[in-house]
Amino acid sequence: MNNKIEIKKLNLHYGKFQALKAVDLPVGENSITALIGPSGCGKSTLLRCINRMNDLIAGVRIDGRVLLDGRNIYRHGLNVPELRKRVGMVFQRPNPFPLSVYDNVAYGLKVAGISDKDRISQTVEGSLKGAWLWDNLKDRLDKPALDLPLDQQQRLCIARLLAVEPEVILMDEPCSALDPIATMKVEELMLELRKKYTIAIVTHNMQQAARVSEYSGYMLLGDMVEFDLTANIFTNPKDSRTQDYITGRYG
Amino acid sequence: MRMPPKYTQLAAQLVMGLATLATLAILVFIILFVLEKGLPVVGLKFLLSNPQDMGKAGGIFPVVVGTILLTLVAIAIATPLGVGTAIYLTEYTRESRITRVIRFGADCLAGIPSIIFGLFGFIFFVTILQMGWSILSGGLTLAFMILPTIIRTSEEAIKSVPDSFREVSFSLGATRWETVQKVVLPSALPGIVTGVMLGVGRSIGETAAVIFTAGSSLRMPTSLMDSARTMSVHFYILAREGISTENAYGTAAILVITILLINLTAYGLMNRFVAKNN
Repeated sequence: MNNKIEIKKLNLHYGKFQALKAVDLPVGENSITALIGPSGCGKSTLLRCINRMNDLIAGVRIDGRVLLDGRNIYRHGLNVPELRKRVGMVFQRPNPFPLSVYDNVAYGLKVAGISDKDRISQTVEGSLKGAWLWDNLKDRLDKPALDLPLDQQQRLCIARLLAVEPEVILMDEPCSALDPIATMKVEELMLELRKKYTIAIVTHNMQQAARVSEYSGYMLLGDMVEFDLTANIFTNPKDSRTQDYITGRYG
Repeated sequence: MRMPPKYTQLAAQLVMGLATLATLAILVFIILFVLEKGLPVVGLKFLLSNPQDMGKAGGIFPVVVGTILLTLVAIAIATPLGVGTAIYLTEYTRESRITRVIRFGADCLAGIPSIIFGLFGFIFFVTILQMGWSILSGGLTLAFMILPTIIRTSEEAIKSVPDSFREVSFSLGATRWETVQKVVLPSALPGIVTGVMLGVGRSIGETAAVIFTAGSSLRMPTSLMDSARTMSVHFYILAREGISTENAYGTAAILVITILLINLTAYGLMNRFVAKNN
């Protein structure tokens, strides 16, 4: 399998605190890679290195390399907004803008300076279909997004992301605000999206990692303790710390 | 010795209630008093005819026009400067000594008595820059006076926009400016509008800063370089020089009504905006 992303020897410091310690991580193309581990282990921080969201935080220092299609995204002169169009993100809490359903999905296109109305409507329709929302919402496109139930809001956020045509989707605990049924729907959607996109997901929920991912990385205190096929991580972990975590003795 | 909570609770509620009632009563009393004295002379004719005999007779049309022009000039200058400063302070800088100094400066500016602004405007705009007593001098002076209000209210409005909006916008590939334009400003608009409206209210009611910089000509202004008289200056002169108490109260009544209308409009705009967004 091709690696869409390769993280190599990545160190990240918040001031004096080292949040990531020489982390390596491959993310295979058109697959789902899960990052698991206890709170504060650095998995969200690692995820946010892949679209350079950590740049926004004062006092963060990063060294090491993150290769996207073989090229370091921390190279000098890289256009960060362009990078973020290729590497999109779904956040922990559904966070639609206080706009209509339509305007939410069209946001990325408007930012990209596209004003052709037909093209925008087509993309909005395609993106909502891609997030399995079209049948639900096609007659309510002008309704405020914040009136939708939470799971539809989260899928709307995914649709908003699909509209900018990313290659990689980063998901930062995308189901932690959702109930089990809504979680199941989003997981099914992830498995569908995997066919076209490369997905990396951070999750607290080990069953979720087991259900959706091909590969998993277990992190602890900023270290990548173990990375392997998800099946191996859950049935036959090599590191005793991984074993403690997945059997529930720790974390 | 402690009173039972039941009674302290009751006493507290009573005292706070009375305070609220007193505040409201004072407001209502002032408005009714001015309207009662002023309304008999007010009418379309009073609003739309020229004053005669220094304002003893006739209407206040040029004064109304002068007030509107001065306020427009002040707002047109202060809004972009103030909102721009607020955006810079909140979105483009991290909290540091420099931003604190700027903020402290704005707060000091807000505390300066308006007559000092008048004196400054007179020396700087009227004399040094040779703009004379004019709507432009007055408008510029008022702009500086209301700038801190607009900066601080806009800043608060911009700060209250949730960071998650910015985060999402960045994550979709928007630049900082695109994020400010398309997410931050639209969400902060009600607060910004409120700040501008407060500025409008202050400009309309201002006397001391205006009398030194825009003069007190009763002629209809034909350009921004003409001197003009605002409603509050007109009221001051009519009352101070004993020209006409009736017309002074008439002017005051219109001033009070105008400010009420502005506040109601601002309030309505805000409610509509908030309703639209939720």
